[in-house]
Amino acid sequence: MTRRSLTSRTNRNAAAWLFLAPALTALALFFALPVAFALALSFTDFDIYALGNWHFIQFVGLANYARILETPLFWTALRNTFYFVLAGGPLSVGVSLGTALMINSRLARFKPLFRTVYFLPVVTSLVAVAIVWRYLFHPAHGLLNYVLSWVGISPIDWLGNPDVAMPAIILLAVWKNFGYNMLIFIAGLQNIPDELYEASEIDGAGAWRQFTSITIPMLAPTTIFVVMITIIGYFQLFAEPYVMTQGGPLNSTMSIVLLMYEQGFRWWSMGYAAAIAFVLFAIILVFTLLQSAIQRRIQG
Amino acid sequence: MMLCIRGTTLVLAAALLQLSCGSSQNEPTVIRFWGLGNEGEMVRPLIPEFERANPGIRVIVQQLPWTAAHEKLLTAFAGESTPDVSQLGNTWLAEFSVLNALEPLDRFVRQSRIVQLDDYFDGVLKMNRIDSSLFGIPWYVDTRVIYYRRDLLQKAGYTEPPATWQEMLRLCEIMQRKAREEGRKQYPFFLPTNEWIPAIVLGAQSGGDFLRDDNTRGNFSGPKFRKAFSLLASFYEKEYSPSGQQLITNMYNSFSDGLITMYISGPWNIGEFGRRIAPKLQNEWMTAPVPSMDTAYPGASLPLGTSLVVFRQSRHKEAAWKLIEFLASREQSIALYRITGNLPPRKSAWEDSSLAHNPYVRAFYRQMQRLEPLPQVPEWEQIVIKLQLYVEYIATGTLTVEEALGRFDREVDQMLAKRRWLVERRKQP
Repeated sequence: MTRRSLTSRTNRNAAAWLFLAPALTALALFFALPVAFALALSFTDFDIYALGNWHFIQFVGLANYARILETPLFWTALRNTFYFVLAGGPLSVGVSLGTALMINSRLARFKPLFRTVYFLPVVTSLVAVAIVWRYLFHPAHGLLNYVLSWVGISPIDWLGNPDVAMPAIILLAVWKNFGYNMLIFIAGLQNIPDELYEASEIDGAGAWRQFTSITIPMLAPTTIFVVMITIIGYFQLFAEPYVMTQGGPLNSTMSIVLLMYEQGFRWWSMGYAAAIAFVLFAIILVFTLLQSAIQRRIQG
Repeated sequence: MMLCIRGTTLVLAAALLQLSCGSSQNEPTVIRFWGLGNEGEMVRPLIPEFERANPGIRVIVQQLPWTAAHEKLLTAFAGESTPDVSQLGNTWLAEFSVLNALEPLDRFVRQSRIVQLDDYFDGVLKMNRIDSSLFGIPWYVDTRVIYYRRDLLQKAGYTEPPATWQEMLRLCEIMQRKAREEGRKQYPFFLPTNEWIPAIVLGAQSGGDFLRDDNTRGNFSGPKFRKAFSLLASFYEKEYSPSGQQLITNMYNSFSDGLITMYISGPWNIGEFGRRIAPKLQNEWMTAPVPSMDTAYPGASLPLGTSLVVFRQSRHKEAAWKLIEFLASREQSIALYRITGNLPPRKSAWEDSSLAHNPYVRAFYRQMQRLEPLPQVPEWEQIVIKLQLYVEYIATGTLTVEEALGRFDREVDQMLAKRRWLVERRKQP
């Protein structure tokens, strides 16, 4: 390698770093630094006493993590979060796919209208939506129980009964969020070349065969993306129970993020809350790695 | 909206002022006041008079919802953006004094001709004193009494709620039996499972002692609180009170329907009952002090309420105190009562005709003669919120009283771990 090319490469590198600098600075300042600080915090007992007097901070090592594992409420929150992810996630993806297929169907009319209507909940404020849903869920005067009474189902205490509170939250969350994934699915569907369908039609394939042999395989990358985003998002369940139930009744809708929020901002047990955040991070990381492994297997 | 904009402009103006010329003589001192919930709105009409009397001071009122107030105040403290003056729930005072966020007010009170401490109800004033320093001036009191349906109690042979809890259980039994005979569903005494108040009222009556060892450990499974909790549990067990939350979604409707006939609540409900109870029943509801566990009546209730505090970070403490003095005066506490129905903490204010002639507040006045102070530890709020969960557990029969209290004590001990460490550290030389 000659001397000249070396310097020019150094110059190019310097220029690249210069252009990257603003973005990197912002990332370091507003992402890496807070995360590192939170990690450090999770090894201390930073709490309301420490907020008043810095001398009252103790380095506690892994005690916060140990305490998380022996707190029954954490396990309840973990169970609830998994319930939400495993029941709500597939349901949400399924509904998104279903509506995307319907809207994309050749038989559908007023496509832009329906696309907008289904997308509306996504852009509506959750707090406003939650108030309406509280009425829908009302045990005596709610629309939901009224409709159920037509088929002879006796009134359900949606938000008051620990057994059905989480399904109620899932219902709300799916309704609120499916529009976003639906749009991604529609985009995915429109990317499938029409020739494939035409060719299969000539070969005599029916609608179902077309769906299983063309639509599903061609949608696989979209689906994997949607599932991953949905699972990451659903693990961070917070706003729905925060405005609807505050984690009740009997902690049946307490999620990990809600627990973290309560510990951190309500009681100011920041060290403990930071530890919860990192436990959640670890869980999401494991799931994402697992998913990428599956993805590689499918595609490779 | 206009108000918001004007408020922002004032803040900006104040900030600019500080930058350019420090504190100038003819520019007004701007102080920020945080009002919580309804009071944050209702205090506004009182401010112009204060500003007229103190031309050098401008007040910006900012309103916080109760549900977010605690978080906001803590975050403001961490971010060094606390207001000059704030309204604060008096059970939060311990927490904010541990933070060293509040200015002790003794030196102001000593020189004040308006704030006379002996004019305050004793139990309420006690809540504002932490380790002999006064951190808050009571603004209004919020003790709890019983709201009841006079007509329905009369049917059961009572003119007013009984004086003891034993007698209360008997009344509930009679009412329930009558309702069943008539084929009606009735819960005589509504004790919501998402409230800690009834449990703590009963606990205070059975002798307090919520915490032990210098307030560093829970003592809820001790005999006194166990007695109180068992009594509470019996109301759910016998179905004198509903054990779920959703059944009674609108307390006022249920009260009008006769589904419930008694309910423990605070002064704000006088106004609400007047508005929301069916018009034909307006003469049929009344208030009464809480029953007692001993022979003295009324039984003790809680000295809750809000106080006015000055934050230590405030740069205008004198002006801040002037606002507190104004709001805490006899005249203004009566004015606040007229606007909001909030009850004055000053005895002299109760001689005013608007209070003396209101039959609904009489029970509160009697109740205020017997108040039991609560432990002043920063974790108290967290403890009672957690207690609600255990009330829910015993109401639904998920846990027995012994199991619930044993578990609760363990959780309380964990909440108090840091406090224990600090107290032990202080003991060692």
